[in-house]
Amino acid sequence: MIKILRQRFFAFFPTLLGVSLLAFSLIRLAPGDPVMLMLGERGGTPEVYEKMRTSLGLDQPILWQYLKYIGQVLTGDFGTSIVSQRPVLEEFFDRFPATVELGLSGMIFAILLGVPFGLISAAKRKSPVDYTLMGGALLGYSMPIFWWALVLIMFFSVNLGWTPVSGRVSVMYDVEAVTGFLFIDSWFSEDSWEIFKSGLHHLLLPALVLGTIPLAVVARMTRSSLLEVLREDYIRTARAKGLNEKRVIVTHALKNALIPIVTVIGLMLGTVLTGAILTETIFSWPGIGRWFVASVEARDYPVIQGGIILIALTIMLVNLIVDLIYVWVNPLLREHS
Amino acid sequence: MKSLIVFLCLVMSCMVANAAKTFVYCSEASPKIFNPQLGTDGPTFNASSRPIYNRLLEFKAGTTEVIPSLAESWTVNDKGTLYTFKLRKNVKFHTTTFFKPTRSFNADDVLFSFDRMRLKEHPYHKVNGGLYQYFDGMNMGALLKNIKKLDDYTISFELTKPEAPFLANLAMDFASILSKEYGDFLAKKNQKDKIDLEPVGTGPFIFKKYVKDNVIRYTANKEYFLGAPNLDNLIFSITPDANVRFQKLKAGECHFIAEPSPADIPKIESDKKFKVESADGLNVGYLAFNTRKKPFDNVLVRQAINLALNRDAYIEAIYLGKAKKAKNPIPPTMWSYNKNVKAYEYNPEKAKKLLAQAGYKNGFSAELWTLPVSRPYNPNGKRMGEMMQADLAKIGIKIKLVTYKWAEYLKRAANGEHTLLQLGWTGDNGDPDNFLNTLLGCDAVENGSNFAKWCDKKFQYHIEQAKIVTQLDQRIKHYMKAQEIFKNQAPWVTLAHSTVFKAMSKKVKGYKASPFGAESFYGVVLE
Repeated sequence: MIKILRQRFFAFFPTLLGVSLLAFSLIRLAPGDPVMLMLGERGGTPEVYEKMRTSLGLDQPILWQYLKYIGQVLTGDFGTSIVSQRPVLEEFFDRFPATVELGLSGMIFAILLGVPFGLISAAKRKSPVDYTLMGGALLGYSMPIFWWALVLIMFFSVNLGWTPVSGRVSVMYDVEAVTGFLFIDSWFSEDSWEIFKSGLHHLLLPALVLGTIPLAVVARMTRSSLLEVLREDYIRTARAKGLNEKRVIVTHALKNALIPIVTVIGLMLGTVLTGAILTETIFSWPGIGRWFVASVEARDYPVIQGGIILIALTIMLVNLIVDLIYVWVNPLLREHS
Repeated sequence: MKSLIVFLCLVMSCMVANAAKTFVYCSEASPKIFNPQLGTDGPTFNASSRPIYNRLLEFKAGTTEVIPSLAESWTVNDKGTLYTFKLRKNVKFHTTTFFKPTRSFNADDVLFSFDRMRLKEHPYHKVNGGLYQYFDGMNMGALLKNIKKLDDYTISFELTKPEAPFLANLAMDFASILSKEYGDFLAKKNQKDKIDLEPVGTGPFIFKKYVKDNVIRYTANKEYFLGAPNLDNLIFSITPDANVRFQKLKAGECHFIAEPSPADIPKIESDKKFKVESADGLNVGYLAFNTRKKPFDNVLVRQAINLALNRDAYIEAIYLGKAKKAKNPIPPTMWSYNKNVKAYEYNPEKAKKLLAQAGYKNGFSAELWTLPVSRPYNPNGKRMGEMMQADLAKIGIKIKLVTYKWAEYLKRAANGEHTLLQLGWTGDNGDPDNFLNTLLGCDAVENGSNFAKWCDKKFQYHIEQAKIVTQLDQRIKHYMKAQEIFKNQAPWVTLAHSTVFKAMSKKVKGYKASPFGAESFYGVVLE
């Protein structure tokens, strides 16, 4: 475990440097000038244009801009957003809790349903239940998220009135942001239980939509991984010993089948925790995905650069945690490390 | 028994009267900042200048007429270079959880607000980026020679040259008045940046809280100088997707939605629970010719293309019939609109003859740049481009459709790389100068907003004269003449003036749609 931590620590700086260089150069290579976007149809005299470029620091040589930026990042300063004029780090952490709440909920939904679905499919291989579940998983994986979200909104929110259309909590509740996590902050408020319920209510559809693709992937991965393990000799031995099928699968097979499942979950967790652009846009969820897209549209260079680095850091952290879990799950690796 | 019923009725009516009236507006985007001096976009203005601030002058609700606001009256000297304003007394700045004012609005606040934008050495000039795009874009710095406080309630603006649209400029969002006392208070605490994040103004609603990308809360300003608003609370629920905004309206989660999709308008109109209000938009969509490039330097070619495009078909297909065909560069609701100008009719045969006369009997090939973003003045540039391509093919002009990302599109167009270009404009202040000079004046060629790169001496003479003279009838004469010259010289094909739609619950009363597309909820009643 310590070896893994040491490896990751040494890989951290070159990765960060590579990511920052990519982020910095890609956004500048893409067509589009932030000053022109700010000027819009109105245009501006060459003096106004230059004044704006200077105040945004875009008049400096690119290499100098990059070196200055790296120097700032190393001191924890990720720059200031061109659009909001607020520090990028502050903007990121104002939105990150919302993304974490949604991402984790989506993943919990995916795991809670995906693993059992995969188990049932593997146990009832080539049965109508297997075909139905795997057909459903394929459908879930290939469904256009935008369309799926709108269908759910129209059915559950507008026709049945069971869930709210969008938002994180009812606008009627003024929740004081203490941690930024609604489900924690709600307990510091007067109507704590009501706010908690409203938050949960608002989370249902976005978590379901965000969790749909991970659910399909987890279910399919569980099934195939389990089927692989079920062919092993020790499973045959277990069956020969007269253990019932449920015990064979749950106690003996699942543990070993978990390794690829954890890997997949880790990868998907990294993705959902770094902003689900479509889900956040449709459900008006105030997370980092939406913020990031708006910043790309506005060519908000500091936010794009800083955002990519922060997202990369989040993914690296999630991967590290997954690797540590991996070691814990896989006895071979544990012994090796 | 009767008295009991009367008592119960009274209690119930009291309860209804006491229930807080909260109005929820589902807006389309987050404000960039809470100071209109630093913003240029609708969501920023809707969230800051309209609920929180006032200006010396305002636009009368639902119109482009300039009326007194923080200034009660004003005088202009004969030369038209000195404007003296008498300020309103006893106007209170908002009392909030973060600031308690000790004095009412006065001339110091006007000086503070304008000096912040115009003086580089002002302590607040560089705060929060210091980019005053409207102020700089309209060249206000060069126009304002001096601003002088004559006494606490009198202030004068001295201009470097006569500028008739100046009063209309003062009613624009960027001319909002901030509190100097609040500025001093924050400077002492070394928290200057908060002036644009936790705003204090004199407007009908008091800023309470902003949760980024999520919700903005306001409470009613019970001491508002024009009378307390009818609403107790105003909430902006930020909902970026137009489909979702419509669903939220249907589910009763908002009373009013921003920018309904044109395709949803008939559905909203047909539902008894909702209503749609419309206003003639202060906008124009156009196709600009680069008059510095061949063959568009030839007026006959420009006129031929004007005759070859079937604009009625575009209005049906692109605007779904919700627009007026444009014949002038200014919209018909604007004063000085020239009704007598004859529009180019759709006549491909006549167009062919004009082309032949210009020496292009067999036509030619050209690029047409299609608008890459959806705007009220042109909701679907690509589709319109395809229709234009088909129309022009009929007179022998082979069109290649081209487009770029929005910023790149603007940059290349400002550099004059285009030949035919789709674009448009939404007015800022209701003055014809804001269209004719900003988009077609000779200075605007260099500024980058005259995309036709057209500089006509006669046209320029009339729009300059119209800025110098202050009598309205004289200004109208010059603008009428300018429109005639424009039509004859045809630097654009004027396409359409689109209608602005507002969708809301039937419970909403007293809302007046602004021709600028701005949202102001003062005066709105929730039944």
